[in-house]
Amino acid sequence: MKHETRLVGAPVPTSGPEPVVALSGVTRAFGRTLALSGVSLSIAKGEILGLIGRSGAGKSTLIRCLNGLERPDSGSIRIDGQEITSLSDRELQPFRQKIGMVFQHFNLLSAKTVEDNIALPLKIAGVAKRDRLKRAGELLDLVGLSDKARAHPSALSGGQKQRVGIARALAANPALLLSDEATSALDPETTQSILDLMREINRSLGLTILLITHEMDVVRSIAGRVAVIDQGQIVEEGRVADVFARPVHAVTKSLLHGVRPQLPDFLSARLSPQGSGPALFSVDVTGEDAGLDFAARFADALGTTVTLVHGGVDHIQDQPVGRFFFRALARGDDIQAVAASHLARPNIHVELLGHEPGSH
Amino acid sequence: MNPVLIDLIWKGTVETVVMTLASGFISLIFGLPLGLLLVATARGGIAENLWLNRVIGSVVNGFRSVPFIILLVALIPVTRFIVGTALGTGAAIVPLSIAATPYFARIAEVSLREVPRGLIEAVEAMGASRWQVVREVLVPEALPGIIAGFTVTLVTLTGASAMAGAIGAGGLGDLAIRYGYQRFETTVMIVVVAILILLVCGLQFVGDRVVAALEKR
Ligand SMILES: Nc1ncnc2c1ncn2[C@@H]1O[C@H](COP(=O)(O)OP(=O)(O)OP(=O)(O)O)[C@@H](O)[C@H]1O
Ligand SMILES: [Mg+2]
Repeated sequence: MKHETRLVGAPVPTSGPEPVVALSGVTRAFGRTLALSGVSLSIAKGEILGLIGRSGAGKSTLIRCLNGLERPDSGSIRIDGQEITSLSDRELQPFRQKIGMVFQHFNLLSAKTVEDNIALPLKIAGVAKRDRLKRAGELLDLVGLSDKARAHPSALSGGQKQRVGIARALAANPALLLSDEATSALDPETTQSILDLMREINRSLGLTILLITHEMDVVRSIAGRVAVIDQGQIVEEGRVADVFARPVHAVTKSLLHGVRPQLPDFLSARLSPQGSGPALFSVDVTGEDAGLDFAARFADALGTTVTLVHGGVDHIQDQPVGRFFFRALARGDDIQAVAASHLARPNIHVELLGHEPGSH
Repeated sequence: MNPVLIDLIWKGTVETVVMTLASGFISLIFGLPLGLLLVATARGGIAENLWLNRVIGSVVNGFRSVPFIILLVALIPVTRFIVGTALGTGAAIVPLSIAATPYFARIAEVSLREVPRGLIEAVEAMGASRWQVVREVLVPEALPGIIAGFTVTLVTLTGASAMAGAIGAGGLGDLAIRYGYQRFETTVMIVVVAILILLVCGLQFVGDRVVAALEKR
């Protein structure tokens, strides 16, 4: 079976060698706080990159550096091949029209109608009134709000406001869409509809999107790649399925805690590193192998009973991601060796968690 | 009432309205840009310049701290220079405008400062110039507050113009002093006060209506 459509959030295959965004060694300090510390990151054309991190990690500072709302102290920022750190405020203005931005609190102008809000980037770019209203009409169609053209933002719900925010960000046909917590003020259902809209835009326009969020579900449902920022540094980066399946950095683990199966507390509380009791171990697996009958394989290899305690197979976009916890009645210490010989594949990771108190 | 007096009252009313509106208009023309300048040059403003901000702020404060009645007298040479005379309705417009401009500038500044930072950034992120930020965001978003503040300025000017009557500016204040106070014409006094109340109520009513219409958006 061959997929005809491109995976959401994956780079457009026809892209040239130049990424849409290329940061290298970007540093920005506020007084003594190092908001960004040597950040290097690149985003390919057509990709959706999710940027996650704790509060105060530097996410907003990073995104604001990309359109020059914030100036880095050092480092290089290239957007569409153009170095922007050397541009003056005035030189930045036309350049900013190539970048759309969506905000957590929408930031719509209350004095303007929905239509005029959407047309504003074009007005600023000097497009004639007739042309910009025509474009606003098309965008209202795209976001499903054609009947609200003449309404003022105060008459819209949060979800509708964000649709207008997205339409406005797309008005000038940007090469890059920046989204800073665009769904954080919305309820789960509305969040889903906004994400569907972004996914649709990414697919139909091939638009590159950088998405900041603290909601892991957002990253998981639309991003192709994810970067984790902590204390101004990118600490982990990779394909969403890979990072979600096997987070490496402690911060990533803690951020993903809620969206990955975890060993129930009462079980982990009674584990000790050594012992003669039953061993508990975890298996992280991505791709088709997630469907393997691990219990049977381990039972064969260890010559003992192995039972599934917790976990299962999940899907991140169309990628199966499995996380299982097994109990082996004896010889648990051999787990790593067994895994190495019987399941030696890069997408399978087995880890001994400890032993339960011995009952015999 | 004596038809001559009625004539005087009518003339006084017209003079008061002319003084109020003319100096109100002038304070709008100069006060709004001054308010914008104060907000734009403040820390974190769109054209941050703390030095300029302090200078403008001090001048505004200086004018605002002088009581109007003293300003009225102190500005006589200036008035004479601009209008050619220091007497009459036309002459009173000069000190009234000079007093009202910094007053309105501060009121406008407060409204302009309340425009959320996020809105300004959103429009800056679209590639707007400073002037476009002023025209598309700052002024339109602060407009209800600016109109409300302008109404307050006009009401204050109505009162101040009566004070200007004391130095021969004409208008209702002049009338109240000459007839009501010095000649004990109680009826004139009452009529003048009633007209002033009506004027102020009328101004406030119109101002409130405009603000309400803008805020409905
Ligand atoms: N204008 C500023 N002045 C001073 N410090 C700032 C400024 N902007 C950001 N910081 C500091 O820089 C650090 C990073 O802030 P930033 O807003 O980028 O975090 P964030 O990851 O977006 O957090 P959140 O998830 O809470 O939005 C924080 O410690 C913050 O206090
Ligand atoms: Mg932030």
